[in-house]
Amino acid sequence: MSEVTKYVSHLELGQRDETFLDSNELIINMGPQHPATHGVLRVILKLDGEKVLGTECVIGYLHRGVEKIAENRTYTMFNPYVDRMDYVAAVSNGLGYCEAVEKLLNIQAPPRANYIRVILTELNRIASHQLWLGTHALDIGAITPLFYTFRDREEILKIFERYCGARLTTHAFRIGGCLYETYDGFERDVKKFCDFVQPKIDEYEELLTTNRIWVERTKGVGVISAAECKALGVTGPVLRASGVKWDIRKALPYAAYSEFEFDIPTRATGDTYDRYMVRMAEMRQSLRIIRQAVERIPEGPIMAKVPKVIKPPAGEIYHSIEAPKGELGYFIVSDGSTQPYRLRVRPPSFINLQALDLMVRGQLVADVIAVIGTLDIVLGEVDR
Amino acid sequence: MVEKLKRQYGSGMEPLSYLGQNYMVVDRSLLPELLVVLRDEEQFDYCVDITAVHYPNREKQFDVVWILYSFARNERIRVKTMVGEGESLPSSVEIWPTTNWLEREVFDMFGIKFEGHPDMKRILLPDGWKGHPLRKDYGIIQQDKEWVQINLGIESGQ
Repeated sequence: MSEVTKYVSHLELGQRDETFLDSNELIINMGPQHPATHGVLRVILKLDGEKVLGTECVIGYLHRGVEKIAENRTYTMFNPYVDRMDYVAAVSNGLGYCEAVEKLLNIQAPPRANYIRVILTELNRIASHQLWLGTHALDIGAITPLFYTFRDREEILKIFERYCGARLTTHAFRIGGCLYETYDGFERDVKKFCDFVQPKIDEYEELLTTNRIWVERTKGVGVISAAECKALGVTGPVLRASGVKWDIRKALPYAAYSEFEFDIPTRATGDTYDRYMVRMAEMRQSLRIIRQAVERIPEGPIMAKVPKVIKPPAGEIYHSIEAPKGELGYFIVSDGSTQPYRLRVRPPSFINLQALDLMVRGQLVADVIAVIGTLDIVLGEVDR
Repeated sequence: MVEKLKRQYGSGMEPLSYLGQNYMVVDRSLLPELLVVLRDEEQFDYCVDITAVHYPNREKQFDVVWILYSFARNERIRVKTMVGEGESLPSSVEIWPTTNWLEREVFDMFGIKFEGHPDMKRILLPDGWKGHPLRKDYGIIQQDKEWVQINLGIESGQ
């Protein structure tokens, strides 16, 4: 019987580990130019074969110094800049900023303006979720949903275009209310859109919810518990998919949200499939809110009495809203001048992205793509 | 809650309120103990944000602000402390893991170091960059020319 050769590694022989063949670990670089990272995110992956041992995110490729720009612009001039952070949900960003400055000025937008704000913000939430669904499904290998969602999102962008002339970076709201009155047929268009998109959401679900490949790729992938979410500051649909019934629209209502009936969809497991289900349910809830708002939209002014030059008294304020991706907050320090002394943005994507490492540890490389998609990050907001 | 904390910490902590939002200015020496108390005894289990403000004309140049939220109480509170140039703060990564990147951003933008942070390095700007852009003495078009020339091979990023 021949002697079995014992494998002796270089390390045991006291030699330097010079070739990667001796090691099972492999460090690879994903991004920043990679279509599945939704922008310019670079993730350094430490792998053992297909298994992920750890990740490190390298961000900042899209850093434009938004907070520094704010200190050098007047309150009014800075308003369009916020649209460039989360550029797929520009209306939400604008709403958060305008409300924060209004709070600092201690003024309130009139009821009609608040209703217009709610309608447009909820339309934007649907648009953001549609874009998320299309790209997330594409990452996982389902190509059809992308065409479906982009086709239907177009209708929302058309409403935005008719309302304020822009499709993406809308700059729809102003400090103190809205600049534009709704156009003739706005209510009709919005109602038509609601009737149009309701069956389309069912259609997306038909494509995916029971699709075996989709279920295999998402169930049990990237699980995060409620306690982990809270510790990591993760908010939005990710938190709700882990079973926490928390939504700023209900917890600390802003605009006109306290006047509408809607539910907060939650799920229990906190995996990628649950987050998909939560976002699908959220689109339906948004439609519910829009329908109520269009029915009951009050008459009246759309702009509060705002001084020509916006000069909030010295002080500081933190105001946050439920953006499609989570808690979007603005912390503004005023020194009594026309420019913010300091403006801090609390971006949901930036903080949610931090959970990536925890969610992919021990999973496969392909799951990293699924988890980046399910976190729904926008790099314009991560890097600011 | 505020009264209880006031009794416990006396003059080291001053509760304030502006436009209906509560915040407290605390002494640097009370950290991180006060933060732990807020999390464990007062249920502020979600750290929303950490940020800083620069006042170059003050002796202690920086305000560092923690924004906390409690799910159970549905309430927000801000904790504010002052630190001087070159001083560091205790890291709160052990208290709320979310503060990892937030503290790195404060360091990146203001140059305030957090002691005990597992990975205290820049986050948005490149590692070799000089200067901290959100300080008031950093100009809006200022940049680290040397870094740009070496790493990007161009004369200027402007």
